[in-house]
Amino acid sequence: MYSFELKDVHKHFGNIKALNGVSLKAKEGSIYGLLGPNGAGKTTIVRILSTLLAFEKGSAKVHGVDVSKDPDGVRRLIGLAGQYAAVDEFLTGYENVFMTARLYGLTRKESKKRTNELLEILGLAKAAKRPVRTYSGGMRRRLDLGASLVGKPKIMFLDEPTTGLDPKTRLDIWNTINDLVKNGTSFLLTTQYLEEADQMANQIAVIDGGKVIAEGTSKQLKALLGGEVVEFKLKNDQEKSAALEIAKKFTKQTISYDPETLSVKVPISSGANDLMAIVQELNNHQLAVVSLSLHQPSLDDVFLSLTSKDKGIEQ
Amino acid sequence: MNSFAQALRDTLIITQRNLMRYIRLPRLLFFSVIQPVMFIVLFNYVFGGALISSISVPGGKYIDYLLPGILVQLVMFGGVQTGIGLAEDMSKGIIDRFRALPMSRIAVIAGRTLSDTIRNLVSMLIMISAGMLLGFRFHNGFWGAIGMMAVLLLFGLSFSWIFAYIGMAIKDAETAQLASFVFIFPLTFASAAFVSVQSMSSWLQVFARNQPVTMVVDAARHFALGIASGGAIWKILTWTTVIFIVFIPLSIWQYQRRNS
Repeated sequence: MYSFELKDVHKHFGNIKALNGVSLKAKEGSIYGLLGPNGAGKTTIVRILSTLLAFEKGSAKVHGVDVSKDPDGVRRLIGLAGQYAAVDEFLTGYENVFMTARLYGLTRKESKKRTNELLEILGLAKAAKRPVRTYSGGMRRRLDLGASLVGKPKIMFLDEPTTGLDPKTRLDIWNTINDLVKNGTSFLLTTQYLEEADQMANQIAVIDGGKVIAEGTSKQLKALLGGEVVEFKLKNDQEKSAALEIAKKFTKQTISYDPETLSVKVPISSGANDLMAIVQELNNHQLAVVSLSLHQPSLDDVFLSLTSKDKGIEQ
Repeated sequence: MNSFAQALRDTLIITQRNLMRYIRLPRLLFFSVIQPVMFIVLFNYVFGGALISSISVPGGKYIDYLLPGILVQLVMFGGVQTGIGLAEDMSKGIIDRFRALPMSRIAVIAGRTLSDTIRNLVSMLIMISAGMLLGFRFHNGFWGAIGMMAVLLLFGLSFSWIFAYIGMAIKDAETAQLASFVFIFPLTFASAAFVSVQSMSSWLQVFARNQPVTMVVDAARHFALGIASGGAIWKILTWTTVIFIVFIPLSIWQYQRRNS
């Protein structure tokens, strides 16, 4: 069984086509990443799967349960943490989770036990009695995550769970998610950050304009993009030929040289190892460089490369 | 658990959640009462002298006539709060959380209208105390006082359901607030809430006599002051029943809609 499954789903908002035939399948017990810019259709997919949004054509299932035919059945299987922390400012952290547990259908006793358990897991036990309006952004997100976990969901939908958070807090959230995966929960995670999809997701779909434009593991997607690039800037133009000679040892792909900025770009395959080797070589040949950097393919690169490929087919 | 028991349980959980905000932030209640208190003081001292000759109440005090009218306005503004509260919960994503839970589909709205009715009751008790300081007295005994509060709260509850629908349809707290003025001011001013309908021009009298605010205020005065209601109690019960029949299903439909 798939943790969720979309088949040729179409969705319009007035004249705007939000989803244009999206099909996705996710394995159980994995983190599935939906990567795409604002307005790509990521949130629409999450809202359809979490029973909040109807669609015109196609089918959507969560753990084999049809979203349109048995929405309450789906609601028992899922947890949802949206783009904004959906917690009540006036309640304490404890009260927020406890209320959600009661509304999920747990008894008072079960709710109390589950709430304490979750606040402990999420590192909020000490702040449990404080009203949420005194919480930081990261604490609110963690609490939101906690509230969505009350029903021990088979699958969690996280819509941009780390947008707007500082790097440390982002890391905290990532760790929490990784812990939960070990307990067998599946995740659907949307993000605008390639780095996040790369770190977290076993399987990634790139969405743009309501369509899946690429799907695969992060490795496969990077291969699609031609991997990483080392860039270094020379001190003067005369060292160009020696520099290109060194660069050729590391790649069979095209090396670019910009005579204005004196920068050499070398596509490489094994990241940091190649970088160190290139530094060594430059040193051995006593070539002085002004700057040196390793570029990861960015989300921009994903779109540039994928859309340019589309154009290629059209021609 | 059967679905009625679940609906009741979920409704009470939501009611409790909404009321917590007044316990944690009492100034919210304070400011929701300060405006009607201001109204009652201004009307009593500014217009009271001029208006007293046009009305007839036992004892002949304008404050006795005015307080039930002000209380109608209070419960109507209380009803608007239902729409504002739901619109706010929607914009903060809290309604999404509730809708994605396997909980009763009526509880979020019913809980909101119930907590607003409880808040109306508390505000009403404060208002009646303020009125008594200005000389207001019940002339129809204890059960008359209870009857007045009951009919006003029932009317407020029906108004809550209207604004529940409006708030969720508009989805924006500020617009819901502005939209409410368009309803409340014509309905309360072109009614028997503050002045006698007989003093209005004849075309306006037709409207004023036949709209629900006049009926509820007549019923409230009947209970509070012991004056004849002229069938206002049955009329207002009919009005509120119709409002419930129309707006309860409409609000639930709007809550369940999976359109955005």
